[in-house]
Amino acid sequence: MAFGPHLLLATLEGLVMAAVLALMALGLSLVFGVMRVVNVAHGEFFMLGAVLAWYFSTLVTGHPAIGFLLALVLSPLVVGAIAFAAERLVLRRIHYNPEATIVATIGLLYVLQQAALTFYGPDANPVVPPFNYRVLLPWFGYSGYKLAVIVASILLITLTWLVLTRTKIGLVMRATQYDRETAQAFGIPVDRVYAGVFALGAMLAAVAAVLIVPIQQAHYLMGTDPLLLSFIVVIIGGLGSLRGTVVAALLIGVSDGVISVFFSPTLAKMLATLLVAMVLVFRPQGLFGTAAR
Amino acid sequence: MSGHLSARDDMRVWGLHFGLIALLFAAQYVLPDYHNGVIARVMVLALFAMGYNVLFGYTGLLSLGHSMFFAAGLYGAGLPIYHFGVHPLPAFAIGIGCGTALALLVGALALRTTGVAFMIVTLMFAQVAYLMSLWLGEWTRGDEGLTLSRDERIIEIGPMFLDMTNRDTRYVIAWALFSIGLGITLLIARSRFGRVLVAIRENEERARMLGFDTFANKLASVTISGAIAATAGAAYVLLFGYMGSTFASIQYSILPLLWVLLGGAATTLGPFFGTLLMFYLAELSNDALNAWLPDARLNQIGIVGVALILLVLFFPKGLFGSIRERWLKWLP
Repeated sequence: MAFGPHLLLATLEGLVMAAVLALMALGLSLVFGVMRVVNVAHGEFFMLGAVLAWYFSTLVTGHPAIGFLLALVLSPLVVGAIAFAAERLVLRRIHYNPEATIVATIGLLYVLQQAALTFYGPDANPVVPPFNYRVLLPWFGYSGYKLAVIVASILLITLTWLVLTRTKIGLVMRATQYDRETAQAFGIPVDRVYAGVFALGAMLAAVAAVLIVPIQQAHYLMGTDPLLLSFIVVIIGGLGSLRGTVVAALLIGVSDGVISVFFSPTLAKMLATLLVAMVLVFRPQGLFGTAAR
Repeated sequence: MSGHLSARDDMRVWGLHFGLIALLFAAQYVLPDYHNGVIARVMVLALFAMGYNVLFGYTGLLSLGHSMFFAAGLYGAGLPIYHFGVHPLPAFAIGIGCGTALALLVGALALRTTGVAFMIVTLMFAQVAYLMSLWLGEWTRGDEGLTLSRDERIIEIGPMFLDMTNRDTRYVIAWALFSIGLGITLLIARSRFGRVLVAIRENEERARMLGFDTFANKLASVTISGAIAATAGAAYVLLFGYMGSTFASIQYSILPLLWVLLGGAATTLGPFFGTLLMFYLAELSNDALNAWLPDARLNQIGIVGVALILLVLFFPKGLFGSIRERWLKWLP
């Protein structure tokens, strides 16, 4: 294949990656923005979403789209419920102390990994895509499902943005993010908002996982790489900024796709991680964020 | 806390620490073969935890990147021996040097950030180090790792002959390094420098206002902490003869955190007892649970996870932190 089409293919792969990454990082960013805590177990909610998607899709027979749609609805709900329970049982009791939360979510990470290993096993399993349609480009055919993932991600992000900016729930969340004490004084149940936001963040990761699982198989250790990538995206985008997160996901996803097509993926990851660490060191507010209040 | 102790408390502190060191030395003559090996390993890993404690416990900085300092010591000592046949003694020094230099560099960069960002930056630098150990697979053999042969683990200077594949030699070297590490952390905890670190942990603004150069003190803390972790890594490869990428992975940054939390952060004895307890706890519960649920594929990660959550929820001060709070106020 010539260089041009090769680059196009790499860009498309990168866009699929960016679409999933944006959803997942949005969840992480929301949790950090509103609750001011880092959820180290975010990658495991992604993993759970994928593993549950496989489980739900095996429950039904018939057209693969039925199983996929079932997974798309149920998997985020179950993951959201697990996150909600974890928030109530653990995070609330340590009063969202930043360091204790990091330690607790590291613990949660391992517990969820162990649970997946116990009940799901060490093997990787694929989910059949809901449809097999190849879009014929002049140089090569491209999976229609992958393009659908990009569209679905755009729709979901728009929906999240609408909820955040146009609804009462979004207003309550933004008020809590802006000033917790004042929000509480105005009668906002900050405590319940936290639980809801934590569950919502986990659900976004789970949706991202359901979308990716027909492309990448479900495995109990699949959460680590997306976690680091979402950290990178959220940092580059500026913590708690929706627009920054989406732009950064595009930047990281596409460049990761392009770099891994042309260079060794390990080297690409190494350089990207180092670069981001340097961004965080020299521009802690992120590339698009403004200085902290 | 460790400020002005009466002469009696002073005696107690030294007595307690020397007592532990003497007890561990004597233990080698009574411990059965298996537990002898376990305690030697625990002492080396406790050294790692003590290094972590200097930064996390006394200075209040949560790093998730200490695996890179341990691995720098491990590879810094092991690779020159394996590839260039360097004598183990200078190789040990090279390992410590690599880790210390890395800690100084990482500290100088990462300390520009604070709080959560410090944790993420150290995590990322460690991830770069881990990926590098995989990328340089031609030299390190990545996850598979490298094993040092017996000939490469013998130190012979004049009449001194140390064979580190020998069980008793290994125990004594581990014990000696552990004792030095314990002595150093005790000295730090009771020194003016140590009290400045605690002041920074409690309120950095106030410490700065009192005229302390908080950045320089924190950098010294990161460097000392990394140097101790690297010493543990260099000792590990010499004593146990194996180096692999696993030691550079995130898991080996989380384990010292767990050990220190269990034993009690900012206590001198906590890291050792945390490491010791966690080792036997993980092993016993692993055996018991696997006998009870043979098909559950239980491994250490589940136990580590549950331990972390329970510690944070119900036992945040750890073993020696709680003992100090309740009974022995003079514990350093």
